[in-house]
Amino acid sequence: MKQPESNLKNMVLSLGGISLVAALLLSWVNGVTEEPIKEAEFKSQTAAMEMVMPEHDNNPFDERFTTTVKGAEVTIYPAINDGKLTGAAVETSADGFAGKITVVYGFEADGTIKDYSVLQHSETPGLGSKMQEWFRDGQGSRSIIGRNPGNENMTVSKDGGKVDAITAATISSRAFLKTLNNAFKAYMEYSSNQKGAEK
Amino acid sequence: MLTYISIIVTAIFVNNIVFSQFLGICPFIGVSKRISSAVGMGAAVTFVITLSTIVTWLLQECVLNPLNLQYMQTIAFILVIAFLVQMLEIIMKKVMPSLYQALGVFLPLITTNCTVLGVAISVIQKHYTLLESITYGMSTALGFALALVIFAGVREQLEIADVPKAMQGTPIALLCAGLLAMAFMGFSGISIG
Amino acid sequence: MNKIKIFLNGFIKENPTFVLLLGMCPTLGTTGSAINGMSMGLATASVLMLSNMAIAAIRNIVPDKVRIPAYIVVIASFVSLLQMLMQAYLPDLYATLGIFIPLIVVNCILLGRAEAFASKHGIVDSLFDGLGIGLGFTVALSILGSIREFLGTGKIFGITIYPESYGSLLFILAPGAFIVLGLLIALVNKIKKA
Repeated sequence: MKQPESNLKNMVLSLGGISLVAALLLSWVNGVTEEPIKEAEFKSQTAAMEMVMPEHDNNPFDERFTTTVKGAEVTIYPAINDGKLTGAAVETSADGFAGKITVVYGFEADGTIKDYSVLQHSETPGLGSKMQEWFRDGQGSRSIIGRNPGNENMTVSKDGGKVDAITAATISSRAFLKTLNNAFKAYMEYSSNQKGAEK
Repeated sequence: MLTYISIIVTAIFVNNIVFSQFLGICPFIGVSKRISSAVGMGAAVTFVITLSTIVTWLLQECVLNPLNLQYMQTIAFILVIAFLVQMLEIIMKKVMPSLYQALGVFLPLITTNCTVLGVAISVIQKHYTLLESITYGMSTALGFALALVIFAGVREQLEIADVPKAMQGTPIALLCAGLLAMAFMGFSGISIG
Repeated sequence: MNKIKIFLNGFIKENPTFVLLLGMCPTLGTTGSAINGMSMGLATASVLMLSNMAIAAIRNIVPDKVRIPAYIVVIASFVSLLQMLMQAYLPDLYATLGIFIPLIVVNCILLGRAEAFASKHGIVDSLFDGLGIGLGFTVALSILGSIREFLGTGKIFGITIYPESYGSLLFILAPGAFIVLGLLIALVNKIKKA
């Protein structure tokens, strides 16, 4: 077969044809993958949330509540067991060393930190990226698990606080603890409102 | 105002497109043998990125989002960029022949420069407003131009240096780029606002 | 030309990373670890094989003057397909490789092979060319990723070889990418001349 001449009709026809085929193919695959993409996104969000949460018998995702603390958006997923607030998973973000850090914290009813999970970050690999492990490590006063930001100053020791920063990654550590304190504040406000409502 | 200053400083120095995001490496290595051509390329890229960011941002907000066609983003953006560069070449040739003389040779190379598409996609992912997008696009391009010119300066000196045979050309250039990237790491952690 | 020769030509003689020096951005940007480098290589290779075949199939019905835009549309469609499939079935990997997936579109390897090979050869030959170049790229990225991961964290593919605290972080960071690639290319030059 000979290559067609480069006249306007042939050029428009062939380009149009290719684009049409491409568009049809893409829209078909889009239809096929739309559901799995949504599901994967939902799963990655809820999996982390469920992991850090206290025991509950409600659906925290449907009862989520969004507020702002010091300009940062905070989402609270309340954990309710037997009609009582047993804690919550709280998600918020702050600007780290190289972009946004998003963390979800699990709080017990009184604000004690149960667990946490870093959902998103772009910190330096090998330094700031250690967040996920560092703040649960038993050495020194690295771990934040089981502590309560209401009782002690949960900032890095350089800032007069009681938490060891990640070696050579103070900025990432500060950002991490900022999300912690914002999340804690939002949770305490939420839980006192809930108690007020019960009475 | 502070947001804009922060975007500018971050894009030029802290997250320099070449040294910390690894985009635009091909022209960075290819067109950096002479300072004069580095300046030309830098100017052409700045021009194209700024323009294409405006067009792709509008395309995303006014066409793709309302029609729910986000999955066509990649294909639509690359076509718009290719079209834009072609148009620019034609218009420049007619209207500003002197500018075309200076920048013309670099224009065809820009379509496949990943900084252009990279910036277009980044500003959508970062949910920037139009004005923020333009600021980000322009400063990223300036960061690219800065990296290119500094690097060309180093390479002009390299030519008279005695380099082992196997290291000549690209290898030694990459090593120098590594050292420059180290220097740029000094900017990291600077945050404004 | 027989198929094995085409494959080896792409894999070794015209290795995109070490010989042709194409596609530098993902080469440097995604090789912080061996597994990321390999995944990026495989993603690029799959797009390259498909686009090479499609372009070889349409090479006789596209007029010469609009050949480049037509190729770009073909490549961009396959990249978008890959993007959607990865988002749906490999969301974690998609998040790690981030912007480098859509940027496969502007990877000079793809358009380069379309123009230099697929536009002049049959569908099967083009497939083998894509396979050779694609795997050459994958292997190069895996090597680079392994070296950086090894020097930086003492691991290869996540398996600890020596304790992490002895590693030099520099190699995981941006400067390490440039330096290791520069030295590898110098090494290839040395071997070729010897």
